[in-house]
Amino acid sequence: MIGESMYQELILEHYKHPQGRGLREPYDAEVHHVNPTCGDEITLRVKMGDAGKIEDVSYDGQGCSISQAAASVLHELTTGSTVEESLSVVAEFTRLMQGRGQVEADEDVLGDAVAFAGVAKFPARVKCALLSWMAYKDAVVRSAAG
Amino acid sequence: MTSTSLDVERIRKDFPVLSRELPGGRPLVYLDSGNSSQKPTQVIETMREHLAMHYSNVGRAMHVLGSESTEAYESARDKLAAFVGAPSRDEVIFTKNASEALNLVAYSFGNRANTDPRFTLGPGDEIVISEMEHHSNIVPWQMLVQRTGATLKWFGVTDEGRLDLSGLPELVTERTKIVSIAHQSNVLGTVNPVAEVLARAREVGALVMLDASQSVPHHPVNVAELDVDFVAFTGHKMVGPSGIGVLWGRGELLEAMPPFLGGGEMIEAVWMDHSTYAPVPHKFEAGTPPIVEAIGLGAAVDYLTGIGMDAVEAHERELTAYALDALREVPSLHLIGPDSLDLRGGTLSFTLAGIHPHDVGQILDDRFGIAVRVGHHCARPLHLRFGIPATTRASFYLYNTTAEIDALVRGLHHVQKVFA
Repeated sequence: MIGESMYQELILEHYKHPQGRGLREPYDAEVHHVNPTCGDEITLRVKMGDAGKIEDVSYDGQGCSISQAAASVLHELTTGSTVEESLSVVAEFTRLMQGRGQVEADEDVLGDAVAFAGVAKFPARVKCALLSWMAYKDAVVRSAAG
Repeated sequence: MTSTSLDVERIRKDFPVLSRELPGGRPLVYLDSGNSSQKPTQVIETMREHLAMHYSNVGRAMHVLGSESTEAYESARDKLAAFVGAPSRDEVIFTKNASEALNLVAYSFGNRANTDPRFTLGPGDEIVISEMEHHSNIVPWQMLVQRTGATLKWFGVTDEGRLDLSGLPELVTERTKIVSIAHQSNVLGTVNPVAEVLARAREVGALVMLDASQSVPHHPVNVAELDVDFVAFTGHKMVGPSGIGVLWGRGELLEAMPPFLGGGEMIEAVWMDHSTYAPVPHKFEAGTPPIVEAIGLGAAVDYLTGIGMDAVEAHERELTAYALDALREVPSLHLIGPDSLDLRGGTLSFTLAGIHPHDVGQILDDRFGIAVRVGHHCARPLHLRFGIPATTRASFYLYNTTAEIDALVRGLHHVQKVFA
């Protein structure tokens, strides 16, 4: 069934056991993003570390399994990586999500985030998957500016 | 189990889409009629026939097709007037949808072109709506108070999902110009106590408007018996096409109101510096109207009348009773709205603990072909009132069966298994 392929075990796992959830101090930038069509929302904080590394990505929000699991995977993939690396993951994830299911995902770059490939076939849900990732991109830009 | 009051199997044959198979061989289980209803062959064929053989512009073309189109369009107005018990056919105004009907009435207030005291509006004057309204019965009034400096007030909603009338005398006062509420809630299914609100409005000289988008398709509705001033509803929720809605208004009020849109066919005479207007209803129907849509809505009304609105209502009541019982068996399901059949229609909204409605809707659709609506159903303030971002909503119509409610319950159990 089509829908079952969207709800990959890994997505459900992240939804039931979100990684890094909860807002933490200190932080360099905080953003709040909403998806007006479904009311999903996220507050996300970024703490920069030494040598251009992301020390922590903390977040809180509400929404469907796709949006919540995407935030959890985002936390795992970005925390501890460099800003540059993390933004290339964001770019690849965005390309995958906006590819209408026609894009082959680069698993080396995306890691666990490839589990979201099935979501790209559901235009209504793409925004759910991208919510936290766009928030992260925004927060990184703001912390660099600050 | 089939209904005792109406032959559902025969009715289902009138709706071609209901025998459609979805990809993967899933049968369609359509429980989203509160959003938009499906269309019977009778409506589809009437529209096709008109487009193919009779179509021309209405009210202005001096030839056979023009007169056939005009005749069909105006006879649709007669049918609508009879369907809702309008004292006069001229009180039936075709609009694009219920939203336009509501905006049309809102536009009449605080308008310099309208000096009738019932429609004057400014600082100190009040408009009363409710917390259970669809956005289309909230936003036009917000826009109106922004334009005029009037104040917007609203009825609260009780925990059971009823209009909270406890503060009625303080809420509806001599300052109130109009009370505009839903006849039936599109989320809760609640049917509102119109008579009680109307009695208070009459005491203080306020007008009353009903958003009947969710009641006219499902119950016998008679505007004269309701005795309100304005009623708005839409075609696509009552087995008719989209793009056509109706405003019914008391004739003497409609005559006092200014035109909403200016343009062709709404005039009597035009000079370069001013115009005089056509009598109602045409004063409110500027430009070429949705001709075939109006005719299609006329056919929809014929279809519903043929079955009988009493039978439609009774059938939906049976479905609702069955669904209320069935949903009680689903663990951790929380119904938002009245738990009994008392003053409620066949719209059931609920939450499942720990599972977002979007996930519920997606799995019901992908796995079982069950179409429900998920989200805030254009009633965000109502969801805020209940402290939830969204609900899953099943809404029934004349073509639904108890077997489809069984399918919904099976689907919900499966959803819970996926997220267990």
